[in-house]
Amino acid sequence: MAKDNKTQEQEQYKKLEQKYETKRPVLKNCLKAFLVGGTFCLVGQFITYFYIFFFNFTEQTAGNPTVATMIFIAMLLTGFGVYDRIGQFAGAGSAVPVTGFGNSVISAAIEHRTEGLVLGVGSNIFKLAGSVIVFGVFSAFVVALIKQIYQMIIGG
Amino acid sequence: MLAMFFWAFVVGGLICVVGQLLFDIAKLTPAHTMSLLVSTGAVLGGFQWYEPLANFAGAGATIPIVSFGNSLVNGAMQEASQHGLVGVLTGMFEITSSGISAAVVFGFLAALIFKPKG
Repeated sequence: MAKDNKTQEQEQYKKLEQKYETKRPVLKNCLKAFLVGGTFCLVGQFITYFYIFFFNFTEQTAGNPTVATMIFIAMLLTGFGVYDRIGQFAGAGSAVPVTGFGNSVISAAIEHRTEGLVLGVGSNIFKLAGSVIVFGVFSAFVVALIKQIYQMIIGG
Repeated sequence: MLAMFFWAFVVGGLICVVGQLLFDIAKLTPAHTMSLLVSTGAVLGGFQWYEPLANFAGAGATIPIVSFGNSLVNGAMQEASQHGLVGVLTGMFEITSSGISAAVVFGFLAALIFKPKG
């Protein structure tokens, strides 16, 4: 009986909690994410064409130097503390582009500088971005393995 | 060429909206969202569904982190077509090495140059 009362109270508290939880302005957030994320990709497109026209990359290979350049831009923005402000405004719009990946690596490196170059920077640099690499590599491994075995069976 | 800029903006923006919806509606943390997007990219890459999007939207498809998963699979498959199953492991970072190397190099440089803010 007492147990039931408790769960009832908990349920009431949950309802109360939901009532006072700040409503996320989803539509507004999405619009901001769209505009900022789109702008990052627009800049990326400019850089891609820059590499195609001036360094003889093709449409397929220009992606690599573009990503590196975007991460360089992320370094400048993070170092001068601008990226944090963009992130507060844009949410996923600044996190999803590759600059967000760069920002998570670079900010971790800067933040742990005081603990030393080896123990601080070296061991914490992938603290935030590590999950992206781990899940990316592992899922890519599984997908590629399945695909390769499938092709070997079909091809053989 | 102008159309390419337009589609890069729209497609890139829409992928970010998907991320924002995962934040707000599914209430995932940024780390969970990014991991999910990368894994999605790997699966899309496996079916070769990401390539057409990249041809169509350019940087709108290659800049979002989804393309990281796609490139990992493509690198692994490229090497696998030459060396068989071992290639899946050895070719994994074939294409994405520029992103990882740039992140490490610039991250370390930033740690040397910049002071923490706030």
